[in-house]
Amino acid sequence: MSFATALRCRKCGQEYPLQPVNLCEFCLSPLDVSYDYKAIAKVLTREKIAAGPRDLWRYQDLLPVSSGVVDIGAGFTPLVKAERLGKELGLEQLYIKNDCLNPTYSFKDRPVSTAITKAKEFGFDTVACASTGNLAASVAALAARTNMKAYVFVPSNVEPGKLVGIAIYNPTLVTVNGSYDDVNRLCARLAEKYKWGFININLRPYYAEGNKTLGFEVAEQLGWRAPDCAITTAGSGLHFTRIWKGLEELSMLGLIGPVNTRMYVTQAAGSSPIVNAFQAGSQHVHPVEPNTIAKSIAIGNPADGYYALRIVRQSGGDACAVPDEEAIAGMKLLAQTEGIFTEAAGGVVIGGLKRLAASGTIKKNELTVAYITGAGPRTQDTVADIVRPFTVQPTLESFEEVLGMPV
Amino acid sequence: MAKRQVMFTFPQKLIKEPIIYNLGKKFSVITNVRRADVTENKGWVVLELEGEEKDIEQGIKWVTAKGVRVDPVIGDIMQG
Ligand SMILES: [Zn+2]
Repeated sequence: MSFATALRCRKCGQEYPLQPVNLCEFCLSPLDVSYDYKAIAKVLTREKIAAGPRDLWRYQDLLPVSSGVVDIGAGFTPLVKAERLGKELGLEQLYIKNDCLNPTYSFKDRPVSTAITKAKEFGFDTVACASTGNLAASVAALAARTNMKAYVFVPSNVEPGKLVGIAIYNPTLVTVNGSYDDVNRLCARLAEKYKWGFININLRPYYAEGNKTLGFEVAEQLGWRAPDCAITTAGSGLHFTRIWKGLEELSMLGLIGPVNTRMYVTQAAGSSPIVNAFQAGSQHVHPVEPNTIAKSIAIGNPADGYYALRIVRQSGGDACAVPDEEAIAGMKLLAQTEGIFTEAAGGVVIGGLKRLAASGTIKKNELTVAYITGAGPRTQDTVADIVRPFTVQPTLESFEEVLGMPV
Repeated sequence: MAKRQVMFTFPQKLIKEPIIYNLGKKFSVITNVRRADVTENKGWVVLELEGEEKDIEQGIKWVTAKGVRVDPVIGDIMQG
């Protein structure tokens, strides 16, 4: 059974039944899942969670799904103490939440797990999404797992190599002749016309909730406490807001103490509408044209930008835009200190963390968690220049000569 | 009749122009504003457009050509 009770408008509070809809009819603001927290408090304990499965479904009581979950083993990824990276950045209590280690190599397996489980409950036989990478792979994999049809829309100018990690799960892969905006517009129209579960349209309230497990797990893995600082990226801003919601829910249920976490958001400098709004002191996030190598977070019109911005301010955090060169340096630094190969979005986090630590905004003794949300191998081209092998003849002499070994 | 939910973002030079009014008049599109915020240098309006599909399309083309940015209310659907 599920403890979810209704969908509620974030702006005007209007309530709706738990249906596949994502916008308030009155003010056109996003809808969020509400829960019966009193009932949850009666059954949920640290022990019950600890005894649950070693994936995101250990938190099923706090997710808007009933039974028969679609499970590919998403979540419960390692939280590792980053001694070497910490030393490099001057942080003594730095942890990395390594979400590269999800079944399709990014955190998207979390929200897609809840979205597709819900799609099945609603009786959809088809799910759809628009994505060039992480989201598409996750949707295709989870759809395969539960024998649903999947339609994936991508702009036709995407590098063919990127599509392999999606096509392997055999969704209906559609390349659209046009820009990102054209794909956006087409999908909005398709969502009106076809009775599909559209991952970040009509399933979005349920999709959103899967991201809370990023907050739940970190608190559990820290021995049931919230960190002093949490830092991650924002594309749409959604997972950033849900890390916070996850921590707040645990606190409200008495599973952890009060949350004093400062929330830090990073974006690529070439696509930073949320950071721009923060720095301008604005309430509204004005859309931009993205131009960055960090494609997985290149979102010009972030659906949850306003809410992400509010959490940065409310929590006493900060927002940081990171140029592509610093993101690449961040990718290399993380790989070469902690052995974690992230995509450019993770490099943005490390680049931002470096700046915030250097300026003393994040202090060296503060317990800081950096979320690394996706793995690097899907977008190897961003760091292709790293490959500079020594070329030798198959002789000992040649090896020693070329590498200058002491003979 | 079709409906479309969009956000218009106005640059400063267009804030004083009655663009939404003209959109309704020129293209037989019913404009229904749900949320808005306009300051002296920038403004945004969230609204629903209702009318024939082709009128809505042409209307959006016209406001875009005027210099207004038009985005889906739900934000970018396309994700990495
Ligand atoms: Zn509302």
